[in-house]
Amino acid sequence: MTNRILLMSDIDVQTWTYILVGITFTLYIGIAIWSRAGSTKDFYVAGGGVSPLANGMATAADWMSAASFISMAGIISFAGYDGAVYLMGWTGGYVLLALLLAPYLRKFGKFTVPDFIGDRYYSKTARIVAVFCALLVSFTYVAGQMRGVGIVFSRFLEVDINTGVIIGMLIVLFYAVLGGMKGITYTQVAQYCVLIFAFMVPAIFISIQMTGNPIPQLGFGAELNDGSGTYLLDKLDGLSTELGFAEYTEGSKSMIDVFAITFALMVGTAGLPHVIVRFFTVKRVKDARKSAGIALLLIVILYTTAPAVAAFARTNMIETVSNQPYANVPEWFKKWEATELIKFNDKNSDGLISYVGDESKNELIVDRDIMVLANPEIAKLPNWVIALVAAGGLAAALSTAAGLLLVISSSVSHDLIKKIIKPSISEKGELIAARLSAVGAVCVAGYFGINPPGFVAAVVALAFGLAAASFFPAIILGIFYKRMNKEGAIAGMLVGIFSMLLYMMKYKLGWFDDVLPHKSEWWFGISPEGFGTIAMMLNFIVSITITKFTKAPPKSVQDIVDHIRIPSGADDAVQH
Amino acid sequence: MKIINAKSYWRTNIKYVLILLAVWFAVSYGAGILLKDQLNTIKIGGFKLGFWFAQQGSMYVFVILIFVYVRLMNQLDKKYGYDE
Repeated sequence: MTNRILLMSDIDVQTWTYILVGITFTLYIGIAIWSRAGSTKDFYVAGGGVSPLANGMATAADWMSAASFISMAGIISFAGYDGAVYLMGWTGGYVLLALLLAPYLRKFGKFTVPDFIGDRYYSKTARIVAVFCALLVSFTYVAGQMRGVGIVFSRFLEVDINTGVIIGMLIVLFYAVLGGMKGITYTQVAQYCVLIFAFMVPAIFISIQMTGNPIPQLGFGAELNDGSGTYLLDKLDGLSTELGFAEYTEGSKSMIDVFAITFALMVGTAGLPHVIVRFFTVKRVKDARKSAGIALLLIVILYTTAPAVAAFARTNMIETVSNQPYANVPEWFKKWEATELIKFNDKNSDGLISYVGDESKNELIVDRDIMVLANPEIAKLPNWVIALVAAGGLAAALSTAAGLLLVISSSVSHDLIKKIIKPSISEKGELIAARLSAVGAVCVAGYFGINPPGFVAAVVALAFGLAAASFFPAIILGIFYKRMNKEGAIAGMLVGIFSMLLYMMKYKLGWFDDVLPHKSEWWFGISPEGFGTIAMMLNFIVSITITKFTKAPPKSVQDIVDHIRIPSGADDAVQH
Repeated sequence: MKIINAKSYWRTNIKYVLILLAVWFAVSYGAGILLKDQLNTIKIGGFKLGFWFAQQGSMYVFVILIFVYVRLMNQLDKKYGYDE
């Protein structure tokens, strides 16, 4: 036994990473071979017979991307209270999904989101607008995932970022093209297990180390282990104010902006096509509701741990580096410095690291993305834990990328080719088209991963705004407002998505002015991230107004609405 | 007869949804954002209450809300014979 423990600690981080990443990748490929897709129904909705538990796990993995796994705790640890916009925003949307969307879309029972829009609004134009929105949202999102894969590979396997992106592409290509939704679903189940284990293990270690409490959610509100009797959060508030940052539990965004961003993220979550399609894969309407609950439970395990990790990491980092001599920094500091994700510039040449809120005096810049990845090293955890985090980060990025690629390929092969360009295409031909468009989508995503346009990172967060501004109102009105017609829906989606795009171009990317407009020029003080809320309202207002002045949808469409509102026996209800 | 059934099923569903969404709004936007400062004067363990709702509590409530809805709707489906 002692021998084995010695052996385990002798293996270095890199070898551990190769072992763990190797094992998990073999697992994903094995699952892909086992769950090949034989029909378009397999390819688009995994045959439609996924159990609520499996769908819940797959949805959780689908949902939790590189952003949730790698970046979120880091963002919170720098934003403090303001980080709540992501925590509430990215979980609260599931309540909307479960109560307002998933059961009805499952009852509707087609393959894609543009399918619903196209049928409910009895119009090819509506379908094309929906395909456009789905592609726009999914491509902005997937580029960020491929980048995440690249970062993990380059840091832990010490290959360059591009090689990392290509390895990731090949893996996703293999199981997405071979298995379609079926392959993706079962690999996502495995990926959920990998990523949650990888996230929780270091969090539990650190919670015990700092507070003696093994449950991070409780350690977050507990007293520190150092005998001082101070609460962790009080200590962190104290350190933050001492160094001239905003108080950790207070944050610095305005209330209206926090409100708007949270709302945009919630509604955007409920409107993301790759999340919605997951609910097409279960058997019954009641399974759709239940699996939304299971998915959220599994997501909340990570999401309630993340703010604890953020607070632990922030405290640890400040205590390790603040006012310490640069000559004595720990090894991890040097390693991350080599990747330029940590930068130190000794402005006053005193050899000490001064990490303070005042920008002119601050000498240390830490990239937010490394907090989760570096955290186990900062806390001096064993090598296998550090490697596990790499495997988890890859699982998170790959599972989300695969789900998005499926949305892209099915939008092309099903909504564009089958429903619009060539309705006569055979089942076999459509399956080939689906596979080819998946290949095409992976190549485009990989291209963006290798050559990220400067604005990708900025745009990923805005994918939510785009989803909120386009799909959410169209779907909700389609279910809850029987008189809603195509004229209203099409106009609403166009106004929503273009107002979001324009606001983003003006206030996030600064394309219309020589310099990026200042915060004070934001409408109602709402940032581009929160503007999805306004764009969504515009969509609702335009949709309803135009519907009022144009003619009601045909009887057959109103019957569809009656049909989807009821889990079963609805046909009888309409006909008798 | 069945059309009347479908209507009252739908009305009950809407009622459940509105009640649950009111709670959804109250814990996140209410306790976590709008009333945060007032609630922060109350401390439970190391947590200021408003901060806790924003970074922990609201998420627990979200999970509970969905499972409550699942239960209510399963009962309602049975009652109206829409159970699959």
